[in-house]
Amino acid sequence: MRGDGRRQDRIMRLGVVMLCHDNLPLAARLARLWADSGAAVAIHVDARCGAPAVAALWEGLAGTGALPVPRRSCEWGTFSLVAATLDAAQALLAAHDDLTHVITVSGSCLPLRPPAELLAWLARHPGCDFIESVNALDVGWSVGGLNEERFTLHFPFSFRRQRRLFDRYVQLQRRFGIRRRIPEGLVPHLGSQWWCLTATTLRAILADPRRGEFDRYFRYVWIPDESYFQTLVRRHSLQVESRSLTVSKFDTQGKPYVFYDDHRDLLAASHGFIARKIWPGAAGLYAHFPRPSQDPATEPDPERVEAVLEAAAIRRQLGRPGLYMQSRFPAKDRENGKTAAPYAVMYGLGDLFPGLGDWLAACAGIAAHGHLFARDEAEFADGASIGPGALSASAAIRDLDPQGFLASLIRSSPDVVGFLYSPRDRQELNWFMATDPNARLYVVTGAWMLPLLHSGMPFDDVRRMAARIQRAEIAFLDILDSVWVKGRVRRWTLADVIADPAGVLETIRLDLAPDNGPACPLPSLRDVTGLVALLRRLRNAGLRPRRMGDHRKLRALTTPPAAQTATPKGPAT
Amino acid sequence: MPRWLKRFRRRLRLRARRQGYLLRAIRSSRCLSAVADRTRSIAPRAILCLATLRNERIRLPYFLDYHRHLGIDHFLIVDNGSDDGSREWLAAQPDVSLWTTTASYRESRFGMDWINWLLFRHGTGHWCLTVDPDEFLVYPHCGSRPLRALTDWLDSSAIRSFSAMLLDMYPQGPIAAQPYAEGQDPFEIASWFDPANYTIRKNGEYGNLWIQGGPRARAFFADDPVRAPALNKIPLVRWRRHYVYVSSTHMLLPRGLNLVYDENGGEKASGVLLHAKFLSTFAEKSAEEMQRGQHYADSREYLAYHQGLQDQGDFWCPQSQRYRDWRQLEDLGLISRGNWA
Repeated sequence: MRGDGRRQDRIMRLGVVMLCHDNLPLAARLARLWADSGAAVAIHVDARCGAPAVAALWEGLAGTGALPVPRRSCEWGTFSLVAATLDAAQALLAAHDDLTHVITVSGSCLPLRPPAELLAWLARHPGCDFIESVNALDVGWSVGGLNEERFTLHFPFSFRRQRRLFDRYVQLQRRFGIRRRIPEGLVPHLGSQWWCLTATTLRAILADPRRGEFDRYFRYVWIPDESYFQTLVRRHSLQVESRSLTVSKFDTQGKPYVFYDDHRDLLAASHGFIARKIWPGAAGLYAHFPRPSQDPATEPDPERVEAVLEAAAIRRQLGRPGLYMQSRFPAKDRENGKTAAPYAVMYGLGDLFPGLGDWLAACAGIAAHGHLFARDEAEFADGASIGPGALSASAAIRDLDPQGFLASLIRSSPDVVGFLYSPRDRQELNWFMATDPNARLYVVTGAWMLPLLHSGMPFDDVRRMAARIQRAEIAFLDILDSVWVKGRVRRWTLADVIADPAGVLETIRLDLAPDNGPACPLPSLRDVTGLVALLRRLRNAGLRPRRMGDHRKLRALTTPPAAQTATPKGPAT
Repeated sequence: MPRWLKRFRRRLRLRARRQGYLLRAIRSSRCLSAVADRTRSIAPRAILCLATLRNERIRLPYFLDYHRHLGIDHFLIVDNGSDDGSREWLAAQPDVSLWTTTASYRESRFGMDWINWLLFRHGTGHWCLTVDPDEFLVYPHCGSRPLRALTDWLDSSAIRSFSAMLLDMYPQGPIAAQPYAEGQDPFEIASWFDPANYTIRKNGEYGNLWIQGGPRARAFFADDPVRAPALNKIPLVRWRRHYVYVSSTHMLLPRGLNLVYDENGGEKASGVLLHAKFLSTFAEKSAEEMQRGQHYADSREYLAYHQGLQDQGDFWCPQSQRYRDWRQLEDLGLISRGNWA
């Protein structure tokens, strides 16, 4: 194996620029790993590291020929990291003129495959510069908002230590249109700072006659380690492969994702050469890698790793729709999905068709609850006292957080949720449901009259109840008439339904189960005899019933022909 | 009143309150006498666990082992007058520092003054997990990653506090049916929980969420749910000297520590404290605690349980879920990995 590596040395030789700032024992181990494979190593140690640890590092590397680089104090987001890389690259190229490639790694980058495989890979791609380099104008590479502004604004303040000044100064420059001039001939590019360049390209970058000018410019670019080489490589390289050989990704805060022992299989399947960043305590990973591939020629394929990390980023930013929990409690209208799944609200229909729930369950296969928001208790399907998700039927518990109640119910129900609703119920969620794209609202206005008609209560009580319920209904309809409605609303009046009950039910069925479920016997309409008389009585008592539909139609439908007498014509309501 | 003035006044008010709690904590240190003080052996990056207890001998071995296995380096425990051998057993543990007191649990704000003192004195700079002996921390990836991995990640994400709501666990069948043996995993017996019946409200003054629900709310507090026990907890905090727990571990001051949830739709990382309260040991305990009257709101909880459990038998219902692992909790939406991939 060793001899094999040496034979390749004659053609390919790797230089490794290693930047470390903590966990030096680990860095020493990794540096030795590179050196043992025949690579030339230059190590930059952050100036803030303690002297004894640094001494131990060099002691551990005795005999490997690793080159020390003048130590600088490196701060994230500043030019110091680029300067350190430049120093190290210069030292490497000066000391070893047989290098063909130079790769940058950090103290917490773990080689996943043996360096020999990397060399063989590089030998198969002669002259290629592996460096992610994306035009800064094409948005979407960096996560934190600033893309090309990194190149056109001044950044004299530290992002970490002087965050407020940093933000203010950016705003100030934006407001007054202060812009830096980008040196002529440079096209800003961004990309991962973990690259692998050919020695030829790197020499050209280092020996660029305008390097002094570029360095001065990049000194106040923000996060220049993600743009310096990425931009300059476009001036000097003949063949840029715009991807990184290091499996690495940044989260929304701009810090790299960390890999742990449980990522072992994922990393192995990525066939990447190097992974960053590894948790220092992930002993399993350090013991497992680097590991030779079964087929040394396997191409790196980091897509699965990236998908996992991407999912994490989405979870952090958007979360799961319709979930309200201890660490996700979105403010109003920032829910990104008020509820988790579509649900059907049967407004008033339950008063018209007593057997509606059974019919819905049978023909549309939905979990048909009763009046979930009834004032005395939540009426779950089949009269259960504990509903989906172990929700209690207690009205008091439900009313503490009605929105959470509905969202939990929908999230925990395997079937589509449907429930009855009427103006007699608690009305707190009217806005919530109307503005929820998942809501399917089937609204029959005026249907609340029927339970009153059959209540047998004294007329005074009926009148008082009717006034209260009608007020609630008008308030609900005002919401449905607003421009903010996002739910799907279908509206009928009481007269429409009495005229054609089967048609209305058919419309609902087609809506909820378009793929033509089993034909079920339609629920029967409640007896409506005496409705017009009651309406007239209410009107005469000073309460004008509204939104009942066409009055003449209603009268024709609800009065037996023999009883039709000349009643004074009222306006259609 | 203009908004900024309101905010300013609230800031002053909360600051005064925080200082008041700190003062109480410092004063309450007089009641504590050290039984085994091994705090000198606490390493600079050690993760600490703090607890107050009384007569929990039978639970202790599993409690300590569980949290040692997670990666707790040192336990700081206040013993409130145990007489069942808890004190002697704890004092013999090499990684436990133990204090004892016979002062009133209720007068010390249910032990929080003592805990605040220990945090003030020993917690600064450490990640501190404050739990009861019947609470067991579960966090995302807890099968494969030690607690140190979590705290390192929280550090690197500049997060100071980690939310873990209380999840009441219960057995199927009467609570006393399966006796709990020392050293046993309590969740072999109490392996069920309520998946999604938690009510959440926001507490404007302190900025924390107020979570209630679970089996206790539905079984005992259905008519008066406002009084049901709070389940929101923030037990894991990177402590600094001016921090203070306000009410149990439900909320802290300064207020920013309570913002463990995202308000723009995203999910932050969170865990749960599995609550192994409802074991065979509970019936005796509730009888005793009712007599002592030292618990929150006149031990009303215990009173309710005592009556409720006699009438009702058990918490189990067909919607109860059997506990498997943290992934199950995440799928149910009780915890989240956030962006800790």
